Amino acid sequence: MLKNRMKQYTPVAILAAAILLIQLITLISGTGYLLTQLTMSAWYVLAAVGLCMVMGYAGQISMGQAGFFAIGGYTTAVLSTIDFTDRLSGGLPRLLDSMHMLITRETIYGDTMTYLTPWASLIAAILIAAAAALIVGIPVLKLKGHYLAMATMGFGIIINRVVLGTKAFGEADGITNVPPFKVLPFFEVSGDFNIRIGNYYFAWLIVIIAMVLLINLINSRSGRALKALHGSEEAADAMGVNTARTKVIIFMIGAVFAAAAGFFMTHYNGGIGPSESSVVKSVRYVSIVAVGGMANIWGTLMMGMVLNFLSLRGVFGHFDDAVFGIILVLIMMFMPDGFIRKAVFYDIRNFVNRKIIKRGDK
Amino acid sequence: MTFDQVLQYIFSGITVGSIYAFVAIGYNIIYNTTGIINFAQGEFVMLGGMIAYTFSGFMALLPSVIIAVLLTAAVGGVIENVFIRRMRRTSVLGMIVITVGLSILIREFSLYIWDEQIRALPFFTGSEISSVEIIGARISPQVLWVLAVTAVLTVALYIFLKFTLTGQAMRACSENPKAALLCGIRTDRMISLSFMVSAGIGALGGCVVSPLTQTHYAMGSDLAVKGFTVAILGGLGNPLSAVAAGLLLGLIESFSISVLPMAYKDVISILILLIILVAKPSGLFGSRAAAALKDY
Amino acid sequence: MKKTTAILLTLAAIASSLLTGCGGEDETIKVGALFAVTGGASFLGAPEARTADMLVEEINADGGVDGKMIELIIKDTAANPEKAISFAKQLIEEDKVVAIIGPSTSGETMQIKELCESYKTPLISCAAAEAIVDPVAKYVFKTPQKDSYVANWVFTTMKEMGIKNIGIVGANTGFGNAGLGQLEKYAPDYGINIIAKETYDKAATDLTAVLTKLKAKDVEAVVNWSIVPAQSIVPKNMKQLGMDVPLFQSHGFGNIKYAEAAGAAAEGIIFPAGQLLVAEKLPASHPQKEITTAYKTQYESKFNEPVSGFGGYAYDSIMLIVKAIEKTGSIERNDIRDGLESISGYAGASGVFNMSASDHNGLDMSSIEMLTVENGEFTLYK
Repeated sequence: MLKNRMKQYTPVAILAAAILLIQLITLISGTGYLLTQLTMSAWYVLAAVGLCMVMGYAGQISMGQAGFFAIGGYTTAVLSTIDFTDRLSGGLPRLLDSMHMLITRETIYGDTMTYLTPWASLIAAILIAAAAALIVGIPVLKLKGHYLAMATMGFGIIINRVVLGTKAFGEADGITNVPPFKVLPFFEVSGDFNIRIGNYYFAWLIVIIAMVLLINLINSRSGRALKALHGSEEAADAMGVNTARTKVIIFMIGAVFAAAAGFFMTHYNGGIGPSESSVVKSVRYVSIVAVGGMANIWGTLMMGMVLNFLSLRGVFGHFDDAVFGIILVLIMMFMPDGFIRKAVFYDIRNFVNRKIIKRGDK
Repeated sequence: MTFDQVLQYIFSGITVGSIYAFVAIGYNIIYNTTGIINFAQGEFVMLGGMIAYTFSGFMALLPSVIIAVLLTAAVGGVIENVFIRRMRRTSVLGMIVITVGLSILIREFSLYIWDEQIRALPFFTGSEISSVEIIGARISPQVLWVLAVTAVLTVALYIFLKFTLTGQAMRACSENPKAALLCGIRTDRMISLSFMVSAGIGALGGCVVSPLTQTHYAMGSDLAVKGFTVAILGGLGNPLSAVAAGLLLGLIESFSISVLPMAYKDVISILILLIILVAKPSGLFGSRAAAALKDY
Repeated sequence: MKKTTAILLTLAAIASSLLTGCGGEDETIKVGALFAVTGGASFLGAPEARTADMLVEEINADGGVDGKMIELIIKDTAANPEKAISFAKQLIEEDKVVAIIGPSTSGETMQIKELCESYKTPLISCAAAEAIVDPVAKYVFKTPQKDSYVANWVFTTMKEMGIKNIGIVGANTGFGNAGLGQLEKYAPDYGINIIAKETYDKAATDLTAVLTKLKAKDVEAVVNWSIVPAQSIVPKNMKQLGMDVPLFQSHGFGNIKYAEAAGAAAEGIIFPAGQLLVAEKLPASHPQKEITTAYKTQYESKFNEPVSGFGGYAYDSIMLIVKAIEKTGSIERNDIRDGLESISGYAGASGVFNMSASDHNGLDMSSIEMLTVENGEFTLYK
């Protein structure tokens, strides 16, 4: 039993070691700037593994994950860019100030700005995302197949249109100059090149924590219920699993992961734009989960890391969207179980055995 | 609101609604024979407009529209033969994912073939500035073309599905594919045909509305969402009620603009979609009992 | 255990890609460019990228700037702010560019304004919004004419025509929002009342319902501030509705293709734009005559498509950097910035630039003319 437990965490340990290794390599080779895109990838990975739980483990397709990402990002972008400097005498600012919830900083133009601590907007972001997932999830998760896909996509489109059509969300321009998020007295989440290594480790630490949470969830009693749910909803129902409730809870977890990802990304980038809420982005998360092997959080993590890293570095050039389209089509046609799965490695090993080792024999 | 304005909103709603109906009919035809929702349906409308525009540079309007419809139908056939056929035994989830992937690919391809510019076919009769007065409201003659083509198409489709052998075979496939196969209907062929017919219908729609709405490589995905809303509103699997639902959604959107900012127009139609999905998934005109038998 | 192997394999792949990459130093002038070549703003980014490529090729063929070749690194942002941020960081830190031109949209520019300021990298934006250069950031410049000039020209013309009550419509893009804002800001100065204002989705395909709303209010003129496709749909829909009031469009209409798409309905549209569009109709004495004719002829023969104002923004961005380098004889970021700020009297594609510490756009009202469509061609409006 204990050995089993340990085995579950082996990938976590390897991930941690790999994160360390990558940083050391960039340090030695003087390519520290690569950590910028690796940090951004980490935040997208967080949203993707959340979706992986919903799609792979609960078996519910969701084409609105970007909507939850945007909820997290825009919540903090709105709340932490309200400037209280000229309104400090008001009732609410005074109350916030007495609770040490206001922070002052200097902008690049030399003005001072007093804003709400992002801790408050983090809590708000998570609560709003969870509430939205609950309200949308209860009716919508009763649907199946195409209807569910369309309903979740509809949710994403509504978020996108509201963001685009509302002044407070900056309409098409998005929100800029979002202040850094001071997590500890000596560390903040921001795009400052000087604290890039810290941000890289922080982002992946959060991802590791999320993975540990998910591993525990998958292997818990409710996790087994989940597995039953994915197999056959009717059977799970008959066994006394409250399928409706389980689905909604997983949907909410996925939403909270995405909102947290959006929150951190917005502070890291110093802003957010409507493209983060687009259907194209939601489809991108789906393709990452699909190529990672649907019910495989590690596959999703790896593909999320690699694809987002390449995309954010502009490797795909003008073909950025096309690449994700090709991935969707090819994976569904030839590897419906995803690219990262055991069989692929057996295939590779067999291939190596056949072609390379045999040739050596000649 | 004066009577003139009401009438104007009605005409505007019907024009937009006809476009949605073209997409929704396509969804339904494919859904009927395969149980697949083809999320690439909106791209056929775009392809139709683009191909017709390209050919109208060399020849008269009518032959270029015919070529556009035929070529797009061929694209539909290719999509079915190359991609969907190999996928037939996989999950609904897989089908959704692959058709979404295909729609992205068609869009990106079109960007490389036709670049980012917008295009518009010439008006079928009259020109951009001609206008017809109908009981106080003024509309472009092209709107009449759109309405006429929608009407003719609806009637033709009804006759085809109801009275021709092929149409009946297609309907049989949707009701019970195994039984259809046993009766000697070649379901494979019916499925290919359904993709080609719905692609062709989408392309025809794309040509007729192109003078009014213009054609742009990225127009497909928005239409796909609206078309799906309409298909569900009318009851999935029923091409004829899709026409009624399309006109209804067009009218709702058109009148919503008279009270709300237009930026929220899509929010309204999607909210309607969500409400229908949750409250009456069989659609406004569909029967609940029939819907319960279907596997979405 | 298989998962372990899987993870190791992927990471090995990443690690190996990390190790390769860093190139050597050479004596080229590295200029970064962020353009929305694909995606929703491709009608801006695509001609900008084509123009920048063409111009850099030409400069290098003529021996470069002070003997140094320009190396242009174009990144396609597809109008996504998060990509613009990621790419801007790459250009600043890895590619060590001397300056960045673009992004194509105001939203993206605002997202990287603070970044370029913090890392002291000159940014010459090709986007229109006033906010890019107001408040002035030391390192941020822009080449398109200010929206406020455009709005003022529109109102000046209206006043001459004796128009009082107007309706304004625009798309829900950064361009549309900024433009409507400027119109609302300046209308009172000219005694003009905006009695109806509507925004619509940028991909809207039928605008008769919106225009019906305006028609019902008996507006004396309509201003549409949008880009494709709506700016060709509005004129068509107005004619269909039998609205005979004058239609004003924004400088976004500055591509003859848009007029072609609107066909006969485009006749008589009045819009403000730079001199580039009417290059051959400018008097020979006009300071921009030479450069606009040269650019227009070259672009149109090379790409077989009509020139647009957008490409001109990229043209000027590159030329401003060249001028700044020639002026200071240095390819250090700070020197280029100083050089940019001191440029005066440079006649570019969009106007005559006179930069200063308080004006990082450098164009004035004369950079805009009112144009109209006559027999399917752009001509000066009188």
